[in-house]
Amino acid sequence: MDTFIDALGIVSRWDVIAALIAGSVGGVIIGAIPGVGPAVAIAILLPATFGMEPIVGLTLLLGIYGSALFGGSIPSILINTPGTPVNALTTYDGYPMTKAGEAPRALGLSFGASFFGGIFAVIALMLLSPVLARIAPMFGSREIFLAALLGCILVVVAHRGQSLAAGALLMFGLFLNTVGMEANTYSQRFTFDLPFLTQGVDLIVVVLGLFAVSQAFVLLIGADEKGEAPTISGSVGKGVREVFRHPRVATAGSLSGTIMGIIPGVGEFTSQFLSYSFARATSKKPELFGKGSPEGLIASETANNSVPPAAMVPLLALGIPGEALTAMMLSVFYVHNVIPGPGLFRNQMDFVMALYICLALLNILALAFLLVATKPLLKVLVIPNRYLGMIILALSFVGIYSLRNSAVDCMMAAAFGLLGVMLKRLNLPIVPIILGMVLGGIMENKFRTSLPRIQSLYSWIDRPVAMAIFCLICIVLALHVWGLWRDWKGKRNGSVQH
Amino acid sequence: MSDERHDLSELTHPPHHRAEIVFAVTSFLIAVILAALWSSETSWASGQPWSRQPGLWPLIAIVGMLVFGAGELIACLVRNARAGGGNVLAELGIWAKAGEYVVWFLIYVMAVPYIGYLPASVLFATLLAFRLGYRGLPLLLAPLIALGIVVVFKAGLSVRIPGGAVYDLLPQGLRNFLVVYL
Repeated sequence: MDTFIDALGIVSRWDVIAALIAGSVGGVIIGAIPGVGPAVAIAILLPATFGMEPIVGLTLLLGIYGSALFGGSIPSILINTPGTPVNALTTYDGYPMTKAGEAPRALGLSFGASFFGGIFAVIALMLLSPVLARIAPMFGSREIFLAALLGCILVVVAHRGQSLAAGALLMFGLFLNTVGMEANTYSQRFTFDLPFLTQGVDLIVVVLGLFAVSQAFVLLIGADEKGEAPTISGSVGKGVREVFRHPRVATAGSLSGTIMGIIPGVGEFTSQFLSYSFARATSKKPELFGKGSPEGLIASETANNSVPPAAMVPLLALGIPGEALTAMMLSVFYVHNVIPGPGLFRNQMDFVMALYICLALLNILALAFLLVATKPLLKVLVIPNRYLGMIILALSFVGIYSLRNSAVDCMMAAAFGLLGVMLKRLNLPIVPIILGMVLGGIMENKFRTSLPRIQSLYSWIDRPVAMAIFCLICIVLALHVWGLWRDWKGKRNGSVQH
Repeated sequence: MSDERHDLSELTHPPHHRAEIVFAVTSFLIAVILAALWSSETSWASGQPWSRQPGLWPLIAIVGMLVFGAGELIACLVRNARAGGGNVLAELGIWAKAGEYVVWFLIYVMAVPYIGYLPASVLFATLLAFRLGYRGLPLLLAPLIALGIVVVFKAGLSVRIPGGAVYDLLPQGLRNFLVVYL
């Protein structure tokens, strides 16, 4: 209880409140603009948050992360264009409802479901905290190494049908992390005698290049979509209340998002896939799915919005980011010498609890903002794409150049921007590069610190938690191989199963 | 999209483009080059076991790139031989278009230390908006957006962007104001 009161004290600071409001309102607006998305916004804002206290910077970024998914459903429902990539499933049922004249209901359902998912995940985390605080100290170097290895494997196998490309990109990220001066022997690795490579490849430069600069290029080489700003008549409040009449679907979706969010490397798409499949399989009206089913909409939005709070679990408890956005947030911790991991739960539980409270509050703020501002917000949907590209490029410059006032950083970001264009155009994942860089660094470090206690290969897994993670790795690999075999068999029989 | 029958695997399993072969060849070639350079670009620490060698992790990464890259290359070749999925040259042309905006971006980057953040941003936004074909209100708004970005980030959030060399030509008071805030 004392921890909770201390956490409330942290959250009631004016700068934290300001970050909460700016993050949640800004996140909704950013999410509502197709083509921007939370990854771009967080990448751009990241360097600016280095000057803030960790709780303030993280609250701002978390606000954008969590509430962008609320806003992302607006264009999905009204103009059949996902505001953020993870809102794609929302178009399946949201847009048909708009065509049937039920846009306010669909928006209300989506906002209510997002709120339900977000709050569900935060409550789950608060309840899990005592367990996490007890389990986290059981993670030593070996366990964290194995957990990071599990994250790497999951990020590859989660990209079904693209596992080979994801693996190559993950390894490329791992390679990028090794470039520069090696800290233990002070030897150069792949610096090609170029002074700027001695410091290594900066994660923020890569993140900004791959997410922000590439998105600006993608928008600039595309075409502007012509159209009037959509309008809606009627209140969205009824739809919000309707979500609570579907507790089975909403709870299953939130549970799926929470579990998938906790597992590193999996994320929103898998949680939505599971949630939507469950809702369709257990619905009394499965024929409505994909044609305007309220249950489908709820399944999609609860599943995606419960991921952001859950994704904080591996980050806070083990220092292992599960996806790109939490990998970006990890750098905020590092800049302030706050090391996420078992020690954080042991020594700074008030800080962890304050983050949870902020996560709950940002869901409330985002919902409140949408209930009063949805109609005026619709105007942002018609900002021309290429104009947005120009703005993102100008904003990207601030993010990159303010790091160390280096033109070389900007050139590297432009190069990664071009790589990002290629990957986005080919529908290939960007996240493995970022996770490869971050998890590669963690793995190399923990591998080295584990070595003094390693006598044989079995020493890696001779402790219970290490053994459990090793078993999980084996299960994940076995399931993946089984899935591949099933696909191959399906193809031979003429029907592909996913 | 909504009128079609949806296959959920579209979400987790997007379609392949024939141009993925370009990615596959490039990434495999990069892996081969890095593998060839491994011994010269890493060093061997004498008296240390293999597990503590500085070259170990680059080697793991490069071997991984080679293995996955070779698999991706074979998969792309098989897929392209079997089915369609888009014109490779047309796709390459689209990627090349991004080159123009790389040049715009780099000119902007180079201009900032000389003419200052605010003037460079205003010029960049206005000229790029003009190049993109915007006229009237959007073109007029472009410099205002640039001004807004500069004010929010440099004056508001105090991000570190040095003043331009041209600011030194201005009176001391104005110069100091511009260096700190714009």
